Amino acid sequence: MPKLIIDDREIEVEAGTNLIEAARRLGIEIPHYCYHPALSIAGQCRLCMVDIEKTPRPTIACNTLAADGMVVRTDTERVRETRRSIMEFHLINHPLDCPVCDQAGECWLQIYYMKHGLYDPRMVDEKVHKPKAVPLGPHVILDAERCILCSRCVRFCDEITDTGELGIFNRGDHSELALFPGRDLTNNYSGNVVDICPVGALTDRDFRFQVRVWYLDTARSVCPGCARGCNIDVHVNRRRPHHAEGRRVARLKPRFNPDVNAWWMCDVGRYDQHGVVDSPGRLPVPLGRAGAAQVEVGWEEAVAAVADALRAHGPEAVAVLASPHMANEDLMALRVVLERAGVRQVAFRVPPAAPADGDDFLLRADRTPNVRGAELIGLDGDAAAILAAARAGRLRALWVFDHDLTTAGWPAAEVAEALGRVETLIYAGAVASATSARARWVLPTATWVEREGTLTNFEGRVQRFRTALEPLGRSLPAWELLGRVLAALGGTPPGPRAEHWFRALASAVPAFAGMTYRTVGDGGQMVAGAVPGGAPVPPGRRAVVGAAG
Amino acid sequence: MTTEPILSRNFDRPAARTLAGYRETGGYGAWARAQEMEPAAILEAVKASNLRGLGGAGFPTGMKWSFIPKGHAGPVYLVVNADEGEPGTFKDRYLLERDPHALIEGMLIAARAIRSALGFVYIRGEYVQPWRVFDAAVREAYDAGLLGRGLDVIVHRGAGAYICGEETGLISSLEGKKGWPKVKPPFPAIKGAFGQPTIVNNVETLCCVPHIVARGAAWFAGLGTKTQGGTRMYSVSGRVRRPGVYETSVSITLRQLIELAGGVAGTGRLKAVVPGGGSAPILTADEIDVTMDVDGLKAAGSMIGSAGVVVMDESVSIPEALLVLARFYAHESCGQCTPCRESTGWIYRMVHRIVDGHGRKEDLDTILDVARRGAGTTICAFYDGAVGPYISYIEKFRAEFEALIPK
Repeated sequence: MPKLIIDDREIEVEAGTNLIEAARRLGIEIPHYCYHPALSIAGQCRLCMVDIEKTPRPTIACNTLAADGMVVRTDTERVRETRRSIMEFHLINHPLDCPVCDQAGECWLQIYYMKHGLYDPRMVDEKVHKPKAVPLGPHVILDAERCILCSRCVRFCDEITDTGELGIFNRGDHSELALFPGRDLTNNYSGNVVDICPVGALTDRDFRFQVRVWYLDTARSVCPGCARGCNIDVHVNRRRPHHAEGRRVARLKPRFNPDVNAWWMCDVGRYDQHGVVDSPGRLPVPLGRAGAAQVEVGWEEAVAAVADALRAHGPEAVAVLASPHMANEDLMALRVVLERAGVRQVAFRVPPAAPADGDDFLLRADRTPNVRGAELIGLDGDAAAILAAARAGRLRALWVFDHDLTTAGWPAAEVAEALGRVETLIYAGAVASATSARARWVLPTATWVEREGTLTNFEGRVQRFRTALEPLGRSLPAWELLGRVLAALGGTPPGPRAEHWFRALASAVPAFAGMTYRTVGDGGQMVAGAVPGGAPVPPGRRAVVGAAG
Repeated sequence: MTTEPILSRNFDRPAARTLAGYRETGGYGAWARAQEMEPAAILEAVKASNLRGLGGAGFPTGMKWSFIPKGHAGPVYLVVNADEGEPGTFKDRYLLERDPHALIEGMLIAARAIRSALGFVYIRGEYVQPWRVFDAAVREAYDAGLLGRGLDVIVHRGAGAYICGEETGLISSLEGKKGWPKVKPPFPAIKGAFGQPTIVNNVETLCCVPHIVARGAAWFAGLGTKTQGGTRMYSVSGRVRRPGVYETSVSITLRQLIELAGGVAGTGRLKAVVPGGGSAPILTADEIDVTMDVDGLKAAGSMIGSAGVVVMDESVSIPEALLVLARFYAHESCGQCTPCRESTGWIYRMVHRIVDGHGRKEDLDTILDVARRGAGTTICAFYDGAVGPYISYIEKFRAEFEALIPK
């Protein structure tokens, strides 16, 4: 392992580590644009210059591997002067339209100009003009004038997705990022090019002009879009509620986890998951039925009624369809409630109308986030048998979580018959549906960004998601309303926070034994006996064609 | 000064372009001899001959060959750089058109020395006639069994980009990619075309190799200076009476070379000379008593580069000459590295403005500062080549530029 000195501090790094990463370990930031740890070395931006002892002039840090005895300086006058020059070159043809640019506030041209530029501009000639506001695909839009031609997005499409939609065309200062003729940026990972674009050249079409990034708050979270559980940050707008037409979730961004998703997330997760949070169909208050209509009721009334329904009919006449969208804490609370009420008919596998496909990278065919958790917690009963029991008139109360049974993969007539014969239909979920519309009691639940909890991914990795927003209206996290039902049944919830239910889970289910929120941490923790497979190898890295870099 | 023609010995014999004609002049005799030699012995001979790369950089050829990793199990490629694009340079064109078998023979010997079984010849796209002649010679060599038995040759035509003459830009282009130079390390001799060790040599360089093998390294070394063996083909153009390609010893001075080309034409009074292709810093009329070898021009603050000599008489406007070059560099910058991509365009716009009569007092110093700031910061030598003229034209002829700037 090479040992080297950077800015008078010694560090030992693994062989093959470049100087940017070696310096990063010491907390020294070497400014760069084109370098990205997931991509090949391009060496194009020329910003990451450092001085290396016995080298006649500054050298790019990205393409220099740490070597034993190397003495590196990142702060010499010569290096600072070089950075200033390179910043000037990056900016002479840049439109400097920060006031109308979505990247403002998180733009590396702004950040590095303030840190390393601060020269007096002296370009008086006409700038080079290039295409602006060019949609590249359903999610991404290009401003070629803002582009600094770092080629990260091009390399992403070549080396990660292996789809090759993008290229840099033309030469000199007329070089231009564009799609290859006849192509669109439609791969399922297109949103990642926005993340890795260091400037405002590539922006999200759905985030564009919605809210300034400095009004956003961030919470660490997990994507609920499939069984992989990609680690993400949820960016929410709580400070400017009049922006973005009132939508509170502004965007989802992948969060690095080398064992799950590396730096990436798919477009299905990024663009299709958060719509539910601010959906007009959200259920803000508990509802009870008054004749044909559903009317707002208090939580006390609804909880008492649900407890009564569980108790009154006897175990054989009550069934629960839980959901793999529920967190481990919710499922544990449900298990305790059912144990208390003596209800044994519970299942969660309601077939989707059309089975989804996974892709060749992160997206799984199972589009729910917690099947593994529901299995381990012991709720894996026979959903079809529950449907049959309802149709046969054997169920007097049915409690459905999240599912809209009318759009599930069961024959519509059978579902209609089943729902028609159940005396007390209880629905718990975040969004109104044909199923909730038929319910006697509707219990509004908070969405995953409005609460905290854990999910267990397909490999058995338990991962935390944190609260980004207040629950809408009077909705409650499922674990909390279940706790209230438990109390109404004479039981005692383990405590007032989700973590208390996680502790209860850890002591009741051996697979979770010994886990706490602390041990799960930010990277997740495998359930007992599960073997981590690591983040999948990107399609573009599987067959190395033409090893030439 | 006149020298026995070596590289140009067949230029006046059209028959030598055919295999039979070439053989009549002793062609492929060196190859016959090289086949008796161990590869290492060929390499040693080339080292001892002081042959230096004649494409522009002047790197010792034998040393370059010796960088191929010993015991490499995969293929090794020999790439011929026939993408002659340096402004004012046209000597490889003559070799391809007038003595194509000399290059094939040089390739055979070089390939034996570096243990390569596949050679690529990357010919500049605009060189249609040279390609036709050379391609016909390759076919003849195949028919005669010279090629195809140990060495295959692929002739590849470029599409018209100056940067594809930079050796790693050429390799990228050869690989089917955009002709962007590659970050080094790794150097081509370690990881070049298609990821394999690759030697890239200029046409003229390889044409020297048969003569080194045939007549000995000592003889070849003796033709030149202490640090550079052999003769060299100078492309002389501009305001001279007899422009053309002149082969002479590298110890000739620039003044003698201009005389050899018939002396200064136009007004007859010399103003300036570009001694080594567009990228070489310009020399004034007082600076032409320099020897035309790698080290002689280096000492004079310029470079021999591709040995393209452009002579300017007193009627030539230096600002306009710089405008032509600045446009060239702005047009040909591959656009990969930020300093080169941005400053070649910026400097072109400034020079253009000055020549148009809209210059500002501070422009000249801005050009000099911008040029110096970008120098040495890029992947390849393209920008360093552009900086030479930017700085030297303005520093040596500043009054001419200032005269164009409104008071």
